[in-house]
Amino acid sequence: MPDSHPSPDFAAAPISLWRRGMNSLATLLAATAVILVLLPLAAIFAYLLYKGFGSLNWAFLTQTPKPVGEPGGGMANAIAGSVYILLIASTLGVPLGIGAGIYLSEYGRNQVGNMIRFTADVLNGVPSIIIGIVAYGLVVLRQGHFSALAGGAALAIMMIPTITRATEEMLLLVPTAVREAAYGLGVSKWRTTLSITLRTATSGVITGVMLAFARVAGETAPLLFTAFGNQYWNWKVDQPTAALPLQIFSYAISPFDEWHRQAWAGALILIILIVVSVTAVRIAASRGMLKGAS
Amino acid sequence: MANRALGAPGLGGPQPLTKPGLAASSQARYQPLLKAGDSRIADRLFFLAILGCGLSVLALVGLIVYELITKSALSWQAFGLKFFFGSEWDPVNNQFGALPFVYGSIVSSILALILAVPLAVGVAVFITEMSPRWLRNPLAFVTELLAAIPSVIYGLWAIFVLVPLLRQYVQPALARYLGWTGLFEGPPYGIGMLAAGIILAIMVVPIISSITREVMTAVPQQQREAVLALGATRWEMIRTGVLRNARAGILGGVILGLGRALGETMAVTMVIGNRPEIAKSLFAPGYTLASVIANEFSEATGDLYLSSLIEVGLALFIVTIIVNMIAQFLVWTVTRGMPARSNA
Repeated sequence: MPDSHPSPDFAAAPISLWRRGMNSLATLLAATAVILVLLPLAAIFAYLLYKGFGSLNWAFLTQTPKPVGEPGGGMANAIAGSVYILLIASTLGVPLGIGAGIYLSEYGRNQVGNMIRFTADVLNGVPSIIIGIVAYGLVVLRQGHFSALAGGAALAIMMIPTITRATEEMLLLVPTAVREAAYGLGVSKWRTTLSITLRTATSGVITGVMLAFARVAGETAPLLFTAFGNQYWNWKVDQPTAALPLQIFSYAISPFDEWHRQAWAGALILIILIVVSVTAVRIAASRGMLKGAS
Repeated sequence: MANRALGAPGLGGPQPLTKPGLAASSQARYQPLLKAGDSRIADRLFFLAILGCGLSVLALVGLIVYELITKSALSWQAFGLKFFFGSEWDPVNNQFGALPFVYGSIVSSILALILAVPLAVGVAVFITEMSPRWLRNPLAFVTELLAAIPSVIYGLWAIFVLVPLLRQYVQPALARYLGWTGLFEGPPYGIGMLAAGIILAIMVVPIISSITREVMTAVPQQQREAVLALGATRWEMIRTGVLRNARAGILGGVILGLGRALGETMAVTMVIGNRPEIAKSLFAPGYTLASVIANEFSEATGDLYLSSLIEVGLALFIVTIIVNMIAQFLVWTVTRGMPARSNA
C-alpha cells in the first residue's frame, strides 16, 4: 500500500467464502445439537402426559396394588409412602445440612472448614446406590429388617451436602454490615446468626432445601434395599414401606400390560410432585429478600 | 467475600453494653435481646452444636468408607486383586469376578460420552454465543430440566419407547451399514449396551452443557471483542477466543459427566439386559457395577456373595470419587479468577 495514511477500509477485505461457510456450518451444527437434545425431552414429556393421563383414575389414587392378574388397584400406599419417607429424610437432613452450612459460612474460614467443604463435595458425587448400601449396613442390619427409617436415612444423607453448600452460599451473601449492626447493638453471636443472618437469607436457604428435596424425591436406587417396598399400607417407622419410584420400577420391568399402564401413571404423579415443589421454590425465591442474589 | 472476615476476633465476642447510652424508649425496645443472659456460654454452646453439624458431614463420609471397607473384607480376602480380573460371576458356586461389570460400566459410559459431548458442547455454544438474547434463558432452563427428571422415569421411557425404536429401525440399519466393524452384530434385541449408552447420553448432556456454559461465561468479554476486532467470523471467535480458553473447564465438565454416567443405576439397570458377559457387539446385553448391586443386593444369600457386591460398591465409590475430584480441579482452573457473578 503506497498510501501513507492507510484508512481502515473493512470492505476491501471480504471474508472468504470458506470462512463464511464454516461460520454458517458451525451455527447450523450448534442449532442441530439443541434440537437433538430437546427432542428426547419433548418425547419423554409427551409420553408421560399421554400414557400417564390415559391410565390415571380415581382407583389409582385411592387403592393399594392388586395381586397379579386382577385388574384395577392403585398406588395410594406408594404415594403416601414416598411422602412419608421424604418427611423422615427432611427431618433428619435439613437441620444437619443447615447447621453445617452455618458453620461453613460463619466459622469455617479455616482448615476444618475447608475439609468439611471438600467432603461435602465428595458426598455430593457419591453414586446413590452406594448410599443405599451404607444405609443398609447402618440401619437395616441393626434393626433386622427393611424400614421406612432406613430409606429416610439414605435420602437424608443425599440431601445434606446440597443443603450445606446452598446454605453457606446464601449466608455469605448477607452483607457484613447487617451482622455488624447487630453486634453493635450488643446482640450475641448466636442470636445474630439465627435471628439476623439466617433470617435474612431464609428464602435462599429454602431454595437450597427444596432443590435437595426435588433431587431425592425421585431417587430409586437408595430405596431398593432400605425402604424395600410394600404392597400394603404402612405407617410404622421400622417396617418396609412402599415408595412411588420403587413401585414404578417394579411395574415397569414386569411383564403385565396393566402394570405398565400404572407405571406410567405413577411416573406422571412423581413428576407432578417434583414440578410442584420446584415451582414452590421459584415462588418462594422470587418473593424473598435475596431476589436475584445468586 | 469480605464478610468472611466475620470470624475475626473482636467482632464475634459478646460486647456488653456497660453504659447504655441509648434513649430510654429504644432501650426498652431492645430489652429482650439484651436480657439474653450470659451470652458467652450460649455462644459457646451454639458454636459446639453448629460444629457438630459440620463434623457430621465428615463423619458421614467416614462412615461410608468404613462400612464399604469392613463389609467387603471377606471378599477381598477370598479373591484379592483377582476379583477385578475374573470374569466368572457364579453365586451358586461362590465364584465372584467383577470384570464383566467393570467392562460394562466403562463401555456404556464411554459410549454415552461419545454421543453426549458433541451435543452438550453444541448446546452450550449455541446458548451462550449464538442464540438470540430472548431465547437464552428459556433454552438454559429447558436443558436443565432434563437433569430434574428422575432416572427411573428415563428407564421407563427407554423400555417402552427407545428400545422398540432401536429394535425396529436403528439396529437393523446399523447392522446393515456398519455391521462389518463387529460392533453392531448379533440379534437386535433392542435391550443391551447400545440402549444403555443412549439413555446415559441423554442423562449426562445437561451436566456437561451446564458446566461448559459456566466456563464459557468465565472467559472475559474482552477476549471475544479482541478476536472479533481482528476480523474473525463469529465461529472463529468462538473457536479461538472462547473454546480454546475454556477447554480445561470443558474437559472437567466431560469428566463430571463420566462420573455421573458411571454411578447411574436405575435407567441402565432397566435397559442394559443384566447379563454378566463381555461381548464386542454393542447389541449384546451387558451389566454394570451399579446395576449388579441394584439387582442382586437384596437377594444376596451368603456372606461371600453380599461381601462381593459391597466390594463392587467400594470399587465404584473409589472410581467416582477420583473422577469427580479431577473434574472439580479442572473446572476450578478456569473459573478461579472469575469475579463474583455480577456482570459476567
